[in-house]
Amino acid sequence: MSKSDRTPDDIAEKRNKPPAEETEDGEFEVIGKNIDRVENPRLLTGRGEYIDDVQLANMGHAAVLRSPHAHARIVDIDTSEAEQLDGVDLVLTGEEAAEKTGPLPTFSSPPVEQYCIAKDRVRHVGEAVVAVVADDRYVAEDALERIDVEYEQLPAVTDAREALESEGEEVLHPDREDGHDSNVYLQNTFTAGDPDDEFADADVVVSRELRWPRSGGQPMETVGAVAEYDEGTGKFTIHANTSMYNYMGWLIATTLGVSTNKINIVPKIAGGSFGSKLFAHKVSTLAATLAREAGRPVKFIEDRVDNITSCDNHGSDRYYRPAELALDEDGTMRALRIDVLDDYGAYFQFEVGHHGNAMAQVTGPYTIESIDYSVTAVATNKSQQGAYRGFGSEVQNFVLERLIDAAADELEMDPVELRRENFIQPEEFPYKIPSGNMYDSGDYEAVLEETLELANYEEWREKQADAREDGRHIGIGVVTCQERSVFSSTEFWFWNDDPDFPITSSPESASVKIDETGQAIVTLHSPFWGNSPETVATQIVAEELAMDPENIEVNYADTDSGLKGTGPGGSRYTVMVSGALEGATSQIQEKMFTIAADMLEAAQEDLELEEGEIRVRGAPDKSVGIPEIAMQAHAFELDMPDGVGSGLAADHTYDHPYTTMPDEDREDMGVFYPIMGHMCHIPVIEVDVETGKIEFLDYTAVHDCGTVVNPETLKGHITGGTAQGIGTALYEEYQYQPDGQLPTDNYHDYPLPTFHDVPDDYTIGHVETPSPWTEYGIKGGGEGGRMGAPPAIAAAIEDALEPYDVSIDELPVTPKRVRELIRTDEE
Amino acid sequence: MTSDTIEPESITITINGEEYEREVEPRRLLSDFIREDVGLTGTHVGCEHGACGTCNVLMDGQTVRSCLTFAVQADGAEIETVESLGTVDDMHPIQEAFHENHGLQCGFCTPGMLLSTKELLEENPDPDREAIKEALGANVCRCTGYAPIIESVEAAAERIQAPAEAEGEELSTAGDD
Repeated sequence: MSKSDRTPDDIAEKRNKPPAEETEDGEFEVIGKNIDRVENPRLLTGRGEYIDDVQLANMGHAAVLRSPHAHARIVDIDTSEAEQLDGVDLVLTGEEAAEKTGPLPTFSSPPVEQYCIAKDRVRHVGEAVVAVVADDRYVAEDALERIDVEYEQLPAVTDAREALESEGEEVLHPDREDGHDSNVYLQNTFTAGDPDDEFADADVVVSRELRWPRSGGQPMETVGAVAEYDEGTGKFTIHANTSMYNYMGWLIATTLGVSTNKINIVPKIAGGSFGSKLFAHKVSTLAATLAREAGRPVKFIEDRVDNITSCDNHGSDRYYRPAELALDEDGTMRALRIDVLDDYGAYFQFEVGHHGNAMAQVTGPYTIESIDYSVTAVATNKSQQGAYRGFGSEVQNFVLERLIDAAADELEMDPVELRRENFIQPEEFPYKIPSGNMYDSGDYEAVLEETLELANYEEWREKQADAREDGRHIGIGVVTCQERSVFSSTEFWFWNDDPDFPITSSPESASVKIDETGQAIVTLHSPFWGNSPETVATQIVAEELAMDPENIEVNYADTDSGLKGTGPGGSRYTVMVSGALEGATSQIQEKMFTIAADMLEAAQEDLELEEGEIRVRGAPDKSVGIPEIAMQAHAFELDMPDGVGSGLAADHTYDHPYTTMPDEDREDMGVFYPIMGHMCHIPVIEVDVETGKIEFLDYTAVHDCGTVVNPETLKGHITGGTAQGIGTALYEEYQYQPDGQLPTDNYHDYPLPTFHDVPDDYTIGHVETPSPWTEYGIKGGGEGGRMGAPPAIAAAIEDALEPYDVSIDELPVTPKRVRELIRTDEE
Repeated sequence: MTSDTIEPESITITINGEEYEREVEPRRLLSDFIREDVGLTGTHVGCEHGACGTCNVLMDGQTVRSCLTFAVQADGAEIETVESLGTVDDMHPIQEAFHENHGLQCGFCTPGMLLSTKELLEENPDPDREAIKEALGANVCRCTGYAPIIESVEAAAERIQAPAEAEGEELSTAGDD
């Protein structure tokens, strides 16, 4: 049977367990409980070891000279004075670095070449031009001031719409293969159903020219690496706060020109990521290149300007030209048409994976059967795009929900009812959407009802009406959005008709060892990002092995010992690592039962594992504890039945429970992101029309992430993601100037939300519709807040400003923007 | 060879009760002094331009941005860092409150939050929400969305006050020395 033919029952059979939806309430002992977060104590006491805390003997410190120009040829570099400075070890230009270190890995096809230090041309402000290694960072930065670079400036392109017409010297990558003598990286259209006829026949077509601004994850910790090169063995050791090291780390070896077993990447805990440290291979590659050349270990930690201008992690930057929704008079949604121009910046590492991602939930929770989605990706003189919480799907949620609000206006329908009338119904799952992706399960009506109730929606509508009579502008937004989780990498390459590297697997591994005294050591093959992997792992192992969480220790594998792990991203980690842990612990369970049966002289089928021991059912005095079983397994092989063998450890690599290849004719992306979470957000805001200031009066969010593993940590994801969504909606934007300068390259000018800018209390609810396709029925939940808040807040502002007849088509809605909108209406 | 370094000065700084006498360049930042010269890496550096509060430490009882303070400015001062609070086995009530109220995720901004909270609660043992937002308003957290931190600070205030109310004793300073 091919994977595409599998049903939930087949998966259940493979797992030898009933489908999750059939499990009874209360079956779990530890899953679903708020156990103490395992990561906290060391983080609270200043004992967490982050990348900048790594100190190696004889370590040098690197600093990077960055381009002041958005687009220029490097004509000459004079490093002689820098080299004369006391304490300086190495001054390395891009040309010199490229003698041994090749171009960085990229998903783009044909490739868009990028080096860890620019070679002969700089393409954005902040791009690395020269790197220095010195005894300390102060001296390294002194040296930067003594480097003289002669540039020949080229015309800068910073407006995606102008990039469509670029020619001659404006073209960023004139040498890219296949005659790409323009700044258009890629252009493609995906059509499914019958959008042309649907649009022609529809009663109403709403159309909006929407704009999504460029913002970024901006974790409090930047990206860094400490690299050492052992000349004796020819092997690199790279300590880094990257993710995906057990997924893509081997590509760094390729870049460095060594075989993949000559590099060991050691993960350090990361001070936040939100996507921005997804791979982040440039910094590791740079540190390793410098360590090899300098002949000593090298630490490179980005400062904040390095990070904002050049860490390749900016989020989507889109113009919709326009986005349209076709409906019948009664509100039935028929077809969606999108023409999006996306400004990818100077390089193209994940290609248009973000639009692949959006296709996972392109039609939201609604029964829209036809789509026409056209994407144009352009090169401009800005830092390239990377990953930011939502990876493109959060923009699609914004677009779809804005169109639905526009349709409600046009049809004079209640926006809540319009949504409700178009929901996919619980009995329709698994539900295939036009892109080919399958939604595993859901109950959208239940989530909506729960949110309306928790939010006191009707009461707020009354308060709003009263307030309006008093001249106050209260607004209420309601959105119902998807949060896709558990991806297959198809999304990275599907839009390209000729992909270089069409990978599909995105597995996750776990290793579990029970030591001689019955303590568990769990090894994860992906890093800590600020999420709660140790807590999740502890809960799953405690659940499966009936152990006290106190007896479970969790650590992280480096690449030398690592098994395949894709890491956090795409709201996948809790689902995937739980599957991996279930696989590993079930092997251990099996062996424990074999040994216990022998020790208790009982039949295996009469045994049960409870409270840290294996007992004979109905004879509670006949039992043997995990420590005794473990000691037997480790030290007394001769006392065990033949063939059992010493040791009590297992590895398990878990693949997607359910994903498929795209159709051969590419009319369908296949099932590539099937575990579908859902949310409803209802913010209540008040706009001060005199100043443009927006204040939160209330915020309610209900998410369905399937079975909840730890309500408290999930709630933290939702409130934190929502605050980031508020930043996107109201404040944040990397504002490139026409000449490519970036004045918002610091936290005084790039306004992150503070305590004063977000609700100080959220009402968070959960509806649990377990996934029939995953262990325990878990669905992803890591990105949801940021995937729901922006359209909800836009809707609330539009609602508040209803007397002014304005339309919120563009984010961020800063106070200045609010005033502009009001003034425009008044004029 | 040449050098841009400036003659070092001799300074004495007390950190968490321990006296450190060192020769430092006048340009050396207090954050680097604490992290690199003394080796207390619990203090983290977030933005390096005084905008995020991650690097906050207490200098003579008041929070300062250690990334904007030169080590020579702290000559003769008493500095408290996150390491002065509790330990894993004996947390300070503020740390316990953050632990129990999920007031942190990645933990990077947390040391600054804890020290700003300590400063607040010493001045105002029973702050309302507005006072908490005002006191912590210049500390940025990117993970939590802030509400869990506000709850943590409220819980910390209760924890510090509760033993006094319950047992009629002085304010608890467990883990404070």
